Order: sequence, then structure tokens, then C-alpha cells
Amino acid sequence: MAPVLQTRNLTKRFGGFAACSDVSLSVEQGARHALIGPNGAGKTTLINLLTGFLEPSAGEVLLKGETVTRLGQHQRVKRGLVRTFQINQLFAEMTVLESVTLSVCERLGLGWSWWKPVGSHGAAVDEAAELLDTLRLLDVAHEKTRNLAYGKQRLIEIALALASKPQVLLLDEPAAGVPTGESRELFETIGRLPRDVTILLIEHDMNLVFRFAERITVMVGGAMLTEDVPEAIANDRRVKEVYLGEALDG
Amino acid sequence: MAKISIDLSPLQKASAWKPAEVVFWLLPVIAFFLFPKSLALLSQIAITALFALSLDLILGYAGIISLGHAAFFGLGAYAAGLLAKYGWGDPLLGLAGAAVLATAAGFISSFLVLRGSDLTRLMVTLGVSMMLYEAANKATDFTGGVDGLQGVEMKPLLGEFTFDLYGKTAYWYSLIVLFLMFWLARRLVQSPFGHSLRGIKQNVKRMPAIGTPVHGRLVAVYTIGAGYAGVAGALLTQTTQFVSLDVMSFSRSAELLLILVLGGTGSLYGALIGTAVFMAAQHYLSGINPQYWQFWLGAALVLIVLFARDGIMGFLNRLPALAAKKRGD
Repeated sequence: MAPVLQTRNLTKRFGGFAACSDVSLSVEQGARHALIGPNGAGKTTLINLLTGFLEPSAGEVLLKGETVTRLGQHQRVKRGLVRTFQINQLFAEMTVLESVTLSVCERLGLGWSWWKPVGSHGAAVDEAAELLDTLRLLDVAHEKTRNLAYGKQRLIEIALALASKPQVLLLDEPAAGVPTGESRELFETIGRLPRDVTILLIEHDMNLVFRFAERITVMVGGAMLTEDVPEAIANDRRVKEVYLGEALDG
Repeated sequence: MAKISIDLSPLQKASAWKPAEVVFWLLPVIAFFLFPKSLALLSQIAITALFALSLDLILGYAGIISLGHAAFFGLGAYAAGLLAKYGWGDPLLGLAGAAVLATAAGFISSFLVLRGSDLTRLMVTLGVSMMLYEAANKATDFTGGVDGLQGVEMKPLLGEFTFDLYGKTAYWYSLIVLFLMFWLARRLVQSPFGHSLRGIKQNVKRMPAIGTPVHGRLVAVYTIGAGYAGVAGALLTQTTQFVSLDVMSFSRSAELLLILVLGGTGSLYGALIGTAVFMAAQHYLSGINPQYWQFWLGAALVLIVLFARDGIMGFLNRLPALAAKKRGD
């Protein structure tokens, strides 16, 4: 199958420090692909480069075979490349339904529409409500985001991304800070996403990664160490060293 | 498709006119009959309220801070004045001309203002308005400089209503323009466009990640806000038939910011209520003590920022919760 998301020699330097060096990653259509590595391995930098949050020092990002390296974040979102954030980026003063409707409206190209009230755009509101239903957020639809528990807010983080109808979804530690029981549930929700959504996941919890991912890329010190199926990664001596080393240091 | 099991009406009906709003808009009508001798002051309130509304759109909804919003007010005021002086005395034509000029100026300057942080924005807006002020000061042939622009002669409104000595026409004219512009602004802030502005204010980092061209939205609202300010400036010129240099002054911009903080940002009504309270207070306090009335203004400002950050509107919005709490005790 053709890769839907690719990087070619992607590099990001901050002064003399290479946060991401020469990364050539390839994510297949429909993949459940995980990106792992110790802290400071450059995973979030890579996500920021993929989405256009940062500009690369060198290299290319290709989406469905076309280069998107020079496109702004919102233009990449329009082409189906959507992310979530490691630290929640939500709209504190909006209700859950308002937030998700906002995202749906942008996708439907209603963002410039200024005459009709949001609530009269029935299709957008209905779609937002359906999305909340699938994420089991419907009971808090009219609650303000800032009044919700962290676990719920984490789901809104994902709901906002899903409202953009991603073809490629980049999840940056979706379960970060979520209690264990709830993170299972969160991953079941993510696991139920249809196969036409390609998922690239950053996650620290190895149990979750090995349960979810079908392909794993390991990054160390800003560079790709290896990439393989989970069984092979689990038995890879270098990967073990990286993680054991970290475990022993820590 | 599964039917959704919740009531969507809180969002669907959010845009309906509430009884309190209807009552609110009856007040200026009642004021006309109650204070027939104060129509000049009431017109000033309506005009300043429109000006405050324009700042609320850019600051209250989109979070763009400005200390130079009087630049657009002044451009509108001079545009209307010059049009009238040189033979285009029809009020509505003057409003349109002022709106076009201020909107264009807003669009062009938006690219300067929208760079950088809040502090940059404060300085750029301040700088632009200072330059315009001095330009108007220098171009005496054109603007009259410190003496003001004389010879502004307005034709009757709609060819029918002359601007009378008591200020009746001026009041209704200002009030109706304010209401129509408010109505448009109300639609705007409740639309998907308006919600995207709130989104930008609440979390500017997230907006590009849901597909929003943030810069474009900010340019749009800054441009609209400038146009609104221009219309307010034109109204002042047309109802007073004079343009003084202080339409562009720093103190006018600063006072506007104060009015908006007093009333509460991001609700439209806060801008209107803030203006009414501020100008009424200014009127009475300066009557009691013409030299030192700003003392009380300063005191009120400090108290508001310390104890009621979201202004009068914020306090009013909290009232039901406070009342419920009291009943609960």
C-alpha cells in the first residue's frame, strides 16, 4: 500500500541542537503506527514539523504523495492531516457542544459565514452532537469545558480533531495524565475509529502502545533508531538498551 | 443514523432576543421623553456606545488590544466633515463615505497591528493614531488643525428631517444607526465567524489545528471594527456639525478602553452599558467638581479591576447565581 504520510530527511535545528535529524518516516494508509522513544527523543518536534506548527530546517513532508512542507497548519488540516496536543488545547469558556460545532463549522467551510447564528446551521450542530454521542460526551454537551474533569477534557481534545474528519490523525500522548482505568476506555474509543483514518500515535505507556500499534518507530536523540512490527521491536536489542538504560538511570 | 437523545435547543436558541434585551432597547426611547433637555448628551452617549461597540468587536471578541482606536473614529469624523463641507452634505452618504475610508484604513493597518504580541499591538496602535493625530494637526488647510473643521453643513436626513436646534433629529438618527449596527454586530458574533473569533481569543494555538486561518479572521474583524469606529466618528461630526482635533486624541482611545473595561468586554451590551454609566458619571461628577472629577473615575476603575474584573456585565451575569446562593443559605 502507498504511504499516506511521508517525511524525507526531515531536520529541525534549534541553534546548534538538532531536535530532529534526518528523519525519513513512512506511514501506510490505514496504519496504526506508534512513535516511541525516551524523553527528548524528538517525537513531539516531529509532530510539530508534520503539522506545520514548526518549520523544518531541512527536508520535506509529503501527504498523499504531495509535498505540504510550505503549507500552513490550517491548510494541512484542510487536506486531512489533523493532530491532538499533549497538553489540552481547548476552549475553556465554550460548552462542549459549542467547541465541537466550531470545529465542524470550520471543516464545512462555514468559518467565514457571518449572517446566520451557529445554532441555525443545523447540519453542523447535528454532526457535532453525533460525534459527542460516539465519544460518550453527550451528557455534558452543554457544560462549559473548564468545568469538566480532566478525563472528559482529554476526550474533547480528540473530539475537536475528529470533527475535522482527519484522514491522518496524529495523537500526541492522548492518555497523558488520564487515570489507568480511563485510559483503557480512551484507547478503546480510539481503537473503534474506522480504518480509513490513519493513526500515528505518540505514547509513553508501553502496554498501550503494544496493544494498539501494528507498526512501531523508535526514535532516540532526534533520529530514527528502527522501525518494525511490535514483536520485533519488543525483541530488539538496541531498543531494549535504550529503554533499559533509561529505566536504570531513572 | 442514530437519533441524538439530548436537547440541542440551548445552542439553537442562543441567538433569540431575550426579554431583557427588548427592555434595554426601550430605555433610550423612554429617555427621549424623560430628558428632552439632555438630547445632546444622549446623542453623545449613543455615538460613544457605537464607538465602544467597535472596540468590543476587536478586543472583547477577538482579543486584539488597541490603544489607538480613535484613529478610525477620527478618520470617519473628518471624512464626514470634509464631505459635508465640500457639498456632499447628505448624512447617509457621509456615513457611507466615512465607513469606506475607515474600513480601508483598518484593513491596511491590520497588517502592522496583527504582528507580534499584545505589547507590540498596544504600541503599534498607539503609534499609528499618534501619527494620524499629528497629520491632522499639521494639515490645517484641510482639517482646520487645532481650531477644528468649520463650515460643516448637513442636509436634512433622507431629504426630510432637518437637524434641529433641540437635537431631536440628531438623537433619533444616532440611536437608529447605533441599533442597526448593533443588530449587525449581534448577528456577527453569534455566527460561525463570531464563534471562531471567540475561539481565537480563548485558545489561539488550537485554532489552526482545527483548520482556521487565524490571521485572515483577525484582519477581517479588525477591518470591521475600524469601519464601525469610522461610522461613530461620522455621526459625531454630523450631529455636532463640527470636527475638533481631539477626535483622534490619545485620551479618546484610552477613555474608550476604560469604558469597555467598566462595562465588560465580549458581550456587546457591556460596551453600551459601560458607555452610558461612564458618560452619565462624567456628566454629574464634572458638574459637582469640574476640576477633580477624574479622581472618582480613577477610584471606580481601580475597584472594578480589583473586584469585578468582568465589569458591569460580568456582575449582572453573576447576579442570578448569587441570588440562588442566598436563597440556598
